[in-house]
Amino acid sequence: MQLLNTLLIGITAGSIYALMAIAFVLVWRSTRVVNFAQAGMALLSTYFGYEAVSRIGSFWVALPVAMIGGALFAALVELVLMRLLVKHASSGPIAGVAPIIATLGLLGVIRSVISMIWGGQDLRIVAPISNNGFTINGSTLVFSPLKLLILVVVAILLILLTILFQKTNLGLALRASAHAPEIARLSGVRVDAVRTLGWALAGAAGAVAGLFQTVNGNGNFSPDSIEFSLLLVSGFIAAVIGGLDSLLGAVIGGLFLGIAISFVLMYVSSGLFFIAPFVILLLVLFIRPQGIIGVKAGRRA
Amino acid sequence: MHKSKKQTTHIPLFILGGVVLYFLSGMVDELRVYQGASIAVYVIAISSIILLTGYSGQVSLGHGALMAVGAYAAAVLRIEFNVPIILCFVAAVLAAAIGGALLGAAAARLSGPYLAGTTLALAVGLPSLANQFTVLGGEQGLLFDVGFPPLSLGEEFTQYKWFFWIAALAALISMWSVRNILNSAYGRAWRAGRGNEVAAQLAGINTARSKVLAFTISAGIAGLAGALLAMTIGTVSPSAFPLALSFSLLTGAVLSGITTLGGVIIGAVVLVAIPEIADVVAHRLGSSESVTTNLPGLIVSGLLILTVLFVPNGPVEQHRARNAKHEVANKSSKKKKHQKQ
Amino acid sequence: MSLNVSNLTVHHGAICAVNQVSLAVPTGKLAAIIGANGAGKTTLLRALSGLNKPTQGVVNWMGETITGEKPEKLVRKGISHVSEGKSVIPELTVRENLELGAIWRKDGKEMKESLDEVVNIFPRLGERITQRSDTLSGGERQMLAIGRAIMSKPKLLLLDEPSLGLAPLVVEQIFQTIRDLTTQMRLTVLLVEQNAMGALKIADLGIVLNLGKVVAVDHAEALIQDPAVRAAYLGY
Repeated sequence: MQLLNTLLIGITAGSIYALMAIAFVLVWRSTRVVNFAQAGMALLSTYFGYEAVSRIGSFWVALPVAMIGGALFAALVELVLMRLLVKHASSGPIAGVAPIIATLGLLGVIRSVISMIWGGQDLRIVAPISNNGFTINGSTLVFSPLKLLILVVVAILLILLTILFQKTNLGLALRASAHAPEIARLSGVRVDAVRTLGWALAGAAGAVAGLFQTVNGNGNFSPDSIEFSLLLVSGFIAAVIGGLDSLLGAVIGGLFLGIAISFVLMYVSSGLFFIAPFVILLLVLFIRPQGIIGVKAGRRA
Repeated sequence: MHKSKKQTTHIPLFILGGVVLYFLSGMVDELRVYQGASIAVYVIAISSIILLTGYSGQVSLGHGALMAVGAYAAAVLRIEFNVPIILCFVAAVLAAAIGGALLGAAAARLSGPYLAGTTLALAVGLPSLANQFTVLGGEQGLLFDVGFPPLSLGEEFTQYKWFFWIAALAALISMWSVRNILNSAYGRAWRAGRGNEVAAQLAGINTARSKVLAFTISAGIAGLAGALLAMTIGTVSPSAFPLALSFSLLTGAVLSGITTLGGVIIGAVVLVAIPEIADVVAHRLGSSESVTTNLPGLIVSGLLILTVLFVPNGPVEQHRARNAKHEVANKSSKKKKHQKQ
Repeated sequence: MSLNVSNLTVHHGAICAVNQVSLAVPTGKLAAIIGANGAGKTTLLRALSGLNKPTQGVVNWMGETITGEKPEKLVRKGISHVSEGKSVIPELTVRENLELGAIWRKDGKEMKESLDEVVNIFPRLGERITQRSDTLSGGERQMLAIGRAIMSKPKLLLLDEPSLGLAPLVVEQIFQTIRDLTTQMRLTVLLVEQNAMGALKIADLGIVLNLGKVVAVDHAEALIQDPAVRAAYLGY
């Protein structure tokens, strides 16, 4: 029973990490940048959702509002910040580090601005459906309708995004723009617009992650809440474990991380909560440096 | 010819710097002295980032954790074994260096965002380990007491002045060492590896070893900074080394100019000065409390973005580049004059 | 004259890579552009396809002035550029690379027809259609790059050193294919090459660039016979 519960806890936490990882992978696949501000954007989207809930009262409205808000904000960031970055800081020793630093700076700016507008105290979003565990044969599982919903949403998003990337012209354009922007331009692809779209999709995915992370917990959130630091680190680690290039990898990475952490906490020690992601990451990268699904970088002919 | 001339004038410069600082500390009030000590700590910490990221091209978001390792090593030795202070600092360097060597070895195959993310995970995870082991003092942490200033310095020599003195001396020594390391064959090997790893390997440089060495040295320096930080606060605890610290170090390095040591003091001063400036600005505007508390963070983060966009290689490098351009322009116009004649 | 270039000047920072270049290429003709390394040949093509912005000069294509326009727009005007070296996206499959060429046309049926056409011209691509492009040989990659350019149904084809790094037999094949394509599809082609002899042999027109300037323009056969050209570029 304990085993089952541990597994279920891990799967649910893991599916939220997976959502965050999907956002990272989307940005990486469309612009070859790791957006460290992703969790900050997710946080901001959660606040958008909160405003929606306060005014309209329905979580089901808040979800699309947060997604659209997140997408628009992400697109704005790409339009302003990333394009400037490409213009000014794409050569010299700073080129590799510049996007990392810029997005970290953005993370700080977002957090500060959120605190200034909404204050630093806990706000609350209530879950739309029950988070009470299912009961089987008289004992309660840690699995609830809410957690089931989260899993279903993640699965649907994964399927939709994979279809987009692999089977549509737009997806081809996204991938080409990420791998070889010059060749894409020479093929008639409007690379700039496509990259903005990639960011917008990531913003939407992050928004879902942020909302679910909030309602899956106790519903409280604030700029400094530990949940969002966790989301940042775990989402990124999940993306890396899965091999930064693959959406399926993001989901597998997320689930793997969630389950692994859950087992460590239950069977080794609960104090290792913060160091476990790091150790797991190192182990995976040691055994398979390109990530679980990642493809080994081929030799350049 | 240019280079060796510069190098031999270095030691006198550093000694001069030390004397100046000594006299300055006598003239200034306690808060400034404390801030001076903080600046010295940041100078050391930022220089470790410049070495690792600017020269060796490896991004670390976890130097806060390495600082913590140094700090805890020093504190534990002091408390458990009453080791003399200077040896505690040495231990801090060694402990952090060992940590850095391990991290570097693990990370040698990683690059770019993978490395950044791994160190990020370390920064979040490592300090919390202190809660697991009682010898590390748990959540409240350990006391780190460097002792009173020696009586030979006089009755009015305050505790904070003593801190400043120690930190400044450590900063001068470490800056001198770092400069020499960066100008040595090791430094050149790092820059070669950063630019083009394959080319460097073909030139005979063992890039993997070189990268691990960079991590080791950088970590040792960070460990020293961590111990000094603990000295100024008086305690070592997980909350003294949050994720924000690692980000601040990176910010300071970028502000100083991540590829050059010359501007280190700029970054350090900015990091210490920002909270004060933000305070003044917020009060002038008569803003609410939420604005006041968050303004420093906003300014620091905003500054980071602006710097990386518009002055990506730092103000010192920008200045040098502009001078170099002028030199080239002058030389070519001189050449033209010659040719005309 | 479908392609008219007047006094085109392109800078790389402070260096003038293309210096007051003027040339005219009639519709349906193949012009070989030869010259030493650094002569500005690649920059010239990049300025024509919109990748580099010219500092001065006018480019006229089919009566329309297109100077300085973006590559995405010029593709839609019938200009296809196969750039030097890495003109294939290794992570994508052969089919995806080809589809990329026709992606802006948005017509699924047309894309299928073009795909079949390209596979006809380059049967080897058909055999490897589902493979990742980094599994292809050098010659096959060049075919793929040219195939992708053809997918966009171009009227002006800009080719930058297609023979680079390829075995002599493959080079012959590629050159022959380029000649056939020019004739059969009534393309206007600008062929930049270091392999001056190979390029001039299949060309109608020859242009010699040196240090960013045009130093000779003539019928290709005339250039082959010209002793100065022979000494400098043809090796005899």
